[in-house]
Amino acid sequence: MDSLSNLADGFSVALTPENLLWALVGVFLGTLVGVLPGIGPALTVALLLPVTYSLEPIQAFIMFAGIYYGGMYGGSTTSILLNTPGESASIITALEGNRMAKRGRGAAALSTAAIGSFVAGTIATLGLTFLAPVMADVALNFGPAEYLALIILAFTAITALLGSSLVRGLVSLFFGLAIGLIGIDALTGQPRFTFGNQHLLNGVDVVTVAVGLFAVGETLWVASRMRHDKADVEPIKGSLWMTKDDWRRSWKPWLRGTAIGFPIGSLPAGGAEIPTFLSYSLEKKLTDHPEEFGKGAIEGVAGPEAANNASAAGVLVPLLTLGLPTSATAAIMLAAFQRYNIQPGPQLFDRNPDLVWGLIASLYIGNLMLLVLNLPLVGLWVKLLSIPRPLLYGGILVFAGLGTWAQSQSVTGLVVLYAIGIVGYLMRRFDIPVGPAVVGGILGPEAETHFRRAMQISQGDASVFVTRPLSATILAVAVVLIFGPRVWRLWQRHRGGNTGGLATE
Amino acid sequence: METRESAGLTRRLAVAAVSCLMVIGSFVPVATVMAQDCEWPSGTLQLMAPAAAGGGWDTTARELQRVLGEEGIVEGDVEVFNVEGAGGTIGLSELVSEHAGDENMLMVMGLVMIGGIGLNQSPVTLDQVTPIAQLTGEYEVIVVPADSPYQTLDDLIVDFEADPTAISWGGGSAGGTDHLLIALMAQQLGIDPVTVNYVAFSGGGEALASVLGGQTTAGVSGLGEWAAQIESGELRALAISGRADSADGATPVAEGDLGASIPTLQDQGIDLELANWRGIVAPPEISPESTACIIAAFDELNASEGWQATIEQYGWSNLYLAGDEFDVYLDEQIVTINQTLTELGLIG
Repeated sequence: MDSLSNLADGFSVALTPENLLWALVGVFLGTLVGVLPGIGPALTVALLLPVTYSLEPIQAFIMFAGIYYGGMYGGSTTSILLNTPGESASIITALEGNRMAKRGRGAAALSTAAIGSFVAGTIATLGLTFLAPVMADVALNFGPAEYLALIILAFTAITALLGSSLVRGLVSLFFGLAIGLIGIDALTGQPRFTFGNQHLLNGVDVVTVAVGLFAVGETLWVASRMRHDKADVEPIKGSLWMTKDDWRRSWKPWLRGTAIGFPIGSLPAGGAEIPTFLSYSLEKKLTDHPEEFGKGAIEGVAGPEAANNASAAGVLVPLLTLGLPTSATAAIMLAAFQRYNIQPGPQLFDRNPDLVWGLIASLYIGNLMLLVLNLPLVGLWVKLLSIPRPLLYGGILVFAGLGTWAQSQSVTGLVVLYAIGIVGYLMRRFDIPVGPAVVGGILGPEAETHFRRAMQISQGDASVFVTRPLSATILAVAVVLIFGPRVWRLWQRHRGGNTGGLATE
Repeated sequence: METRESAGLTRRLAVAAVSCLMVIGSFVPVATVMAQDCEWPSGTLQLMAPAAAGGGWDTTARELQRVLGEEGIVEGDVEVFNVEGAGGTIGLSELVSEHAGDENMLMVMGLVMIGGIGLNQSPVTLDQVTPIAQLTGEYEVIVVPADSPYQTLDDLIVDFEADPTAISWGGGSAGGTDHLLIALMAQQLGIDPVTVNYVAFSGGGEALASVLGGQTTAGVSGLGEWAAQIESGELRALAISGRADSADGATPVAEGDLGASIPTLQDQGIDLELANWRGIVAPPEISPESTACIIAAFDELNASEGWQATIEQYGWSNLYLAGDEFDVYLDEQIVTINQTLTELGLIG
């Protein structure tokens, strides 16, 4: 109840007309900048930080909350409409979202992303309000062994992305793993696969990989097929808004996405990518329309988008309770806190209650603002797709290049983008799925680092992965997810004497 | 609580006052305060932070931008831009290759860049730039979680000497300041640095989680990053890498009350001082006259109340050292660090 009265105080701070105006400004700027490829929420907050120096702390944080949520929403807009994800958390959104957009369901995809983000953001902020101290304790039990187990669990998501041919899926996965190896090794400081090029020392950004494979690869593919098939993109087909059926198919993924995203986001090294993979594979397993996956299933947008937003709120748990910044944006917010002489951490709730609760209240408000601002604009955004194809894809190519330039500021970055784009074209040409490559590029390096850290701490004893209870539990879940369905089918067949299942194997 | 709020109010008033002055200042021409006949900078001053937004170099650059303007040391515009990657060496090579002779361009750098040059096999080195000044620094702390059996540094060292691999140290990236401190300490204790079980994390946050969660035996990081957890008692600070109370009247260590309450390594018999310092360099081919003008401007900055307040606010130490003195210190640091990294097997 203490939390409630504190929260009420927080709202009384955040709900003044002036503060609402700052929330609106934040959401607007955040969406605007977030739509630009290559500029994620972290860079947006960093760029706008100096603007807030003249504001009161609470106003500054209200504006941040708006920028943060706005930036994330803007990222999914380009992901869905143009297949150019602006940050790693919205890569999975592009998989189904862009297919939906091409089938004329772009507005529904944008709506389910916006409403899902709102639902997830609101529930996760509630979680932050009431569960923060508990989550913080659980999070500390997560060591390298647990992270590795979690990543192995996330690797099960790949099975949902592999497509029809196992060999083709694995080719794609290993391409991603290889790209992920490029750069300085985090544990020994040795450069790998950099060919003496300085700009490759920091590795290839996974957003560059995704934009190359998705946007550039697709542009080349469309250009090569231009004369053959005419109708590839339909701007609007059927109802512009979400139909009753869309709602029915969206609400459960929203809730499941939230349930996955918030706890993982609260972990010090959880991040936003793993929950989006997990949510995607879960939705694919649970859907009534498995045939639509890969062709634009609304569940594949609703779930990962909710997971992404819920994990963003989860990131605030370790930041506020432990003083642990666990994402780039959180690190910048920490810098902002320090700017105001506030040290986040164990004593923050006692020392600056008005500020913390004001910030939490402003998260609720920012979320609502985002919905109000963006839903009416959905119809406008999808008009983008009625641009004639040569111009549209030309524009996408320019955007993809700009985004990479903004991120890497080097010619090498552009060369890498286009080289990956050509690979993406060849993958389409030979019917190799691009999803596993992206997942491999993100999870591969993380799996390696956590594995080696765990082995270093245990001094080479590999049994840590199964002797630590949390790690063992997560691994068991992964095993069940991989082998459970097969065992189940075998058992069913055995019991019913049904041999029809063999044909589908 | 009250003091905090009133401090906040004072600061806001100060900001308001300064903004008013700036407005007035833009209408009334103010005579330049520099003693020498300096016209620096001759245009917009560009400050490069050779790292991503939000880090230590970026924060330093953005605070310099603010204070140089507010104190009227630079009357024109000051712009900050980020060139990130490869331990700052991408920014360094841009400074050397594209901005030689440009006196309106400065770059923030520091201890980490020296290691970065070796680790990243950078073709460009700090020998090529024009050193201006060392500005600030943060001392390192060695901590254990509150429930750790180690009460003092001696306790920890006894076990460390008995079996170096049995103690795991959580800290920042391989070859960074945190890693260097442990390697240098091992050298002092006669332990081969290669045997040290140093677990590199990508940031202070992840390393902190590993220490709090008991994944690693001990942790090492800049004091500022973990100050809140030390104050709240969740972490026990065993040592700080600052200077022992110097009898020779050298620059006092000003890390605030918290830093002063932690025993230094030197106090505990390990002759080691290491600060994660940050400084300013200019591109190559700057004339001695211009260099003197830039140094004069930073002398003025260091004397200003605004800069002192900034240093205090972030809990940094003032390690101001300008011109030739900085040049000599920089050369010493390059030798020490490269030697240690070579012994660690990180550079060949």
